[in-house]
Amino acid sequence: MSLIKKQGGFIARDRNRQPDAYTPEYKSSVKRSPNAALVSFPSSISEETAPMFGHSMLGELDNDLIHNYARAGESAIGPRIIVHGRVLDEHGNGVPNTLVEVWQANAGGRYRHKKESYIAPLDPNFGGCGRTITDEDGSYELLTIQPGAYPWPNRANDWRPAHIHFSLFGSGFAQRLITQMYFEGDPLIKLCPIVGVLKSQQSVDALTALLDMKHTVPMDSLAYKFDMVLRGRRQTYFENRNEGK
Amino acid sequence: MVQTLNYLKESPSQTAGPYVHIGCAPNFASMKMYDGDLGACMKTGPIKGQEITITGQVLDGTGTPLLDAMIEIWQPDAAGLFPSVNETRGQADPNFTGFGRAASDMNTGIYEFETVKPGVVPWPDGRMQAPHVLFWIVARGINIGLHTRMYFSDEKNANAEDPILTRLEHQNRVPTLLAKKTADGVYGFDIRLQGPQETVFFDI
Ligand SMILES: [Fe+3]
Repeated sequence: MSLIKKQGGFIARDRNRQPDAYTPEYKSSVKRSPNAALVSFPSSISEETAPMFGHSMLGELDNDLIHNYARAGESAIGPRIIVHGRVLDEHGNGVPNTLVEVWQANAGGRYRHKKESYIAPLDPNFGGCGRTITDEDGSYELLTIQPGAYPWPNRANDWRPAHIHFSLFGSGFAQRLITQMYFEGDPLIKLCPIVGVLKSQQSVDALTALLDMKHTVPMDSLAYKFDMVLRGRRQTYFENRNEGK
Repeated sequence: MVQTLNYLKESPSQTAGPYVHIGCAPNFASMKMYDGDLGACMKTGPIKGQEITITGQVLDGTGTPLLDAMIEIWQPDAAGLFPSVNETRGQADPNFTGFGRAASDMNTGIYEFETVKPGVVPWPDGRMQAPHVLFWIVARGINIGLHTRMYFSDEKNANAEDPILTRLEHQNRVPTLLAKKTADGVYGFDIRLQGPQETVFFDI
């Protein structure tokens, strides 16, 4: 007989860690925020399962935003950076084989999107989308360019700090998360109403990547380290009786 | 001094913003990437069960459809099995992904999924849940993705015994979770973010 670890249901979300729905400084939230309290239930198999995406679906350049949209032999314009880190659960375990999708503005702060109207130019060699799947220990790595800050219609003069949007799956649909990564030292972070929906400095810090000189490639790319944490599941130990006894 | 509970904390959510398509549906955003958008097709071959269409809009507190939402669904196959590593009850239909992702149309706000009518799955206490599809909605102005469930209005008996539907305090809100059959095999499901008909959203 031995003890084996059994995964239980998802641990309740810490709503103090998460932004409220109604955040009037971020004006778009005003008519898009539910008024009623969320209805709480324990997770069932519906929320404890999630789609599986295999490494085989990835193209060679999917995690290389400098080249995945560029013409052959060319590359995107901007400071070259490596963004790397781990996807962990709340117990500190790496979340393996989970899809990480990213999108971002180009070095001038312009998105490649029909609804985008900022004056900064498009870079013909930059699409702004990328994806990867975490390794067995939850690690991931992206190669991209430092995105630019951009203005957006909210109050009369609001600017987004440089950021990369991240989308994560996990092993259960209850873990589904979209967030943004900011860059250490950006003076626009503290002015941004979207950052402002976060309830504490710790929450802002959790989304701010540090320059990671140990991971830079000399004469090539700077590096930023960005870990993300998904909800954890209750873990219980139980006796595993040998089959057939 | 006391010890500390050194658990990590979930990363805070931030809005998907208006350009979520670039990362999650680049082909919808007019970029030819990845041989197609993830979740655009839920059927990879002939599948078992009743094929259905789910369609609707996501509406804000003024009744205006969102033109920049992304909607994801997750559901079991017709036999009630999930195509997931965490599914231990059997082998799901190999031609069904269970996962759909759709952008609402940039002009009409209409979303659509081609899927299969889901089978039933158990609640933690062993009772069966009524057939349902999980929905997750993100968009500009939504700070954290909204979880809800779509049930089928033509599953009256199963709905009447569903562990979640029967335990909702405000029973007059149950209809916000019911898809209406609008044609053979077509179910209409609008999601209202705010207002008197606000959809029930879950913290699960
Ligand atoms: Fe952005």
